Amino acid sequence: MGRKIREGLLLLFIKLAAFLTILLLTGIILYVFEKGGRFLRLSFLLTTPSVKNGTVGIAGNLMNTLLIVALTLFIVVPVGVGAAVWINEYAKKSAFIRLVEFAVQTLAGIPSVIFGLFGMVFFGRTLGFGYSILTGSLTLTLMVLPMITRSTQEALRAVPDNYRLGAFGMGATKWHVIRTILFPCALPGIVTGVMLAIGRIVGESAALLLTAGSGASLPRPGEGLIHKLMESGGTLTVQLYLSMSKAEYDVAFGIAAVLLCIVLLIQFLIGMLAKKRVRQEK
Amino acid sequence: MRAEVTLRGHMYLKQRKSTFMYKRNCVHAVECAVQIFFTACAFLTIVTVAVITGYLIVNGVPAIWKIGIRDMLFSTVWSPTAKQAQYGILYIVLTSLVGTAMAVMLGVPIALLTAVYLVEIASDKMAAVMKTAVELLSGIPSVVYGMLGLMVLNPLVYRLELRLYRDSVTHQFTGGANLLSAVLVLTLMILPTVTSISESALREVPAELKASSLALGASQMQTIFKVVIPAAKPGIITAVVLGVGRAVGEALAISLVSGGCVNIPLPFYPVRFLTTAIVGEMGYAAGLHRQALFTIGLVLFIFIILVNLTLNHIVRSGDK
Repeated sequence: MGRKIREGLLLLFIKLAAFLTILLLTGIILYVFEKGGRFLRLSFLLTTPSVKNGTVGIAGNLMNTLLIVALTLFIVVPVGVGAAVWINEYAKKSAFIRLVEFAVQTLAGIPSVIFGLFGMVFFGRTLGFGYSILTGSLTLTLMVLPMITRSTQEALRAVPDNYRLGAFGMGATKWHVIRTILFPCALPGIVTGVMLAIGRIVGESAALLLTAGSGASLPRPGEGLIHKLMESGGTLTVQLYLSMSKAEYDVAFGIAAVLLCIVLLIQFLIGMLAKKRVRQEK
Repeated sequence: MRAEVTLRGHMYLKQRKSTFMYKRNCVHAVECAVQIFFTACAFLTIVTVAVITGYLIVNGVPAIWKIGIRDMLFSTVWSPTAKQAQYGILYIVLTSLVGTAMAVMLGVPIALLTAVYLVEIASDKMAAVMKTAVELLSGIPSVVYGMLGLMVLNPLVYRLELRLYRDSVTHQFTGGANLLSAVLVLTLMILPTVTSISESALREVPAELKASSLALGASQMQTIFKVVIPAAKPGIITAVVLGVGRAVGEALAISLVSGGCVNIPLPFYPVRFLTTAIVGEMGYAAGLHRQALFTIGLVLFIFIILVNLTLNHIVRSGDK
């Protein structure tokens, strides 16, 4: 076989592989919206499943998802950012810093089922939170911690040393420098990490199935937020999985369409942030 | 003025001997509290990993003692709800290994070629579009992949199965819910991860290397396959290892498409993975069965730690 033909074939393979990626994405989006697009109405988003009223809505799951996202971020952002600041600004090159980085890397690699098992026994049984939104959030906190820490670390590393030198030279204290110079400079990077974390939380299923359960009700009037947090609550993805297992394919496609909308929105925002950062660097 | 400020900054740092370090310098209470908080956060990550490891061992080991190492790890019969309950997880472990290996063998070449296209062949505009596509693919929740696998892949695989086993009288038809479907779903799921990490590895290959190869008369394809890819090898291996990690750990997506019996991992057999056993049975498991599921979790955890150590090793040898 001539060299020309062989090279042409290789190029063809490369182009086919790349084409496959595009095809896959458009295929998935079109298929999901074709089958579930008709569910993208307010009545689907704002009602709970009820045989009496004949509704199959996902308001409960939507609410659970929002609660879990909010609660998880509330815990994970301070801790994740804090760990990153420690690694980048306080720690010396030592065995301890390597240990922390290895811990972060290990956390990033642990599959969600393992987090689920752990959360179920530790937060659910040992701490006594049972199957609840709180257990789920605490479990997810551990899961997305590495994302926040890593993106904060990267953002802090990108802040030029001269900024620190100047500030210290003028007599600023460490915390003052971190608060007034490093955090504002690193903010876009931290926000990107938060967006990625939101994406992961919204898409997570296995860990939540084992920790937060599958409740789909809205809080009843008169009950506080705390009560809701201690109740089991399935997110959109968990509900999608359950609907799939029960062969309620219509609802499943509806949820999938909603999920895709959320994911597309998040990616769009991340893209915007990245563009802003590039402009800032210029 | 500016020089003086910088100088004072330098002196300040020199005084403390190491870069940006407060050493015994908790003058203000706030400074002190903040430093303690940040250190505690970092420490918490280590504690978390230690506690997770401890809990998995404490919960996973008892079943091994009660059932016996040989009857658990090297037996193939998994029937935890039978009267004479048996807890052999060999086939479950093998399924995870074989399934992951197949997914990686299918997925990595496609992902690598896509990365090559992104870096070497596509125009800037095209590359930007493709990159967005890859990012979007990696953002799609895993259950959505599982759902599409169930609705689209399973019927296709079933058709293939019908054709292949047309004359067989012994084959039990799976209706498409088998290892092959699970592997295809896993392949799709690792594509974005492997593509984007290989892409950044390929981008870091120095332009001089490429230029020299081309100047010596090598064609574009020769340059790509004989110079660029070998030069990016550590990064590509990292991508593969991360792909392995993702494939081993995936649970709900493949539990929808893989059937649900413990079986020898052959393409057209319904199978159960380590992960799908946990999510599938945890709901109703009790007693020793439940403990055995934790043992499965422990096995999975050990796999992941091995993957991580490999990764660490690669990254570190790459640094040298």
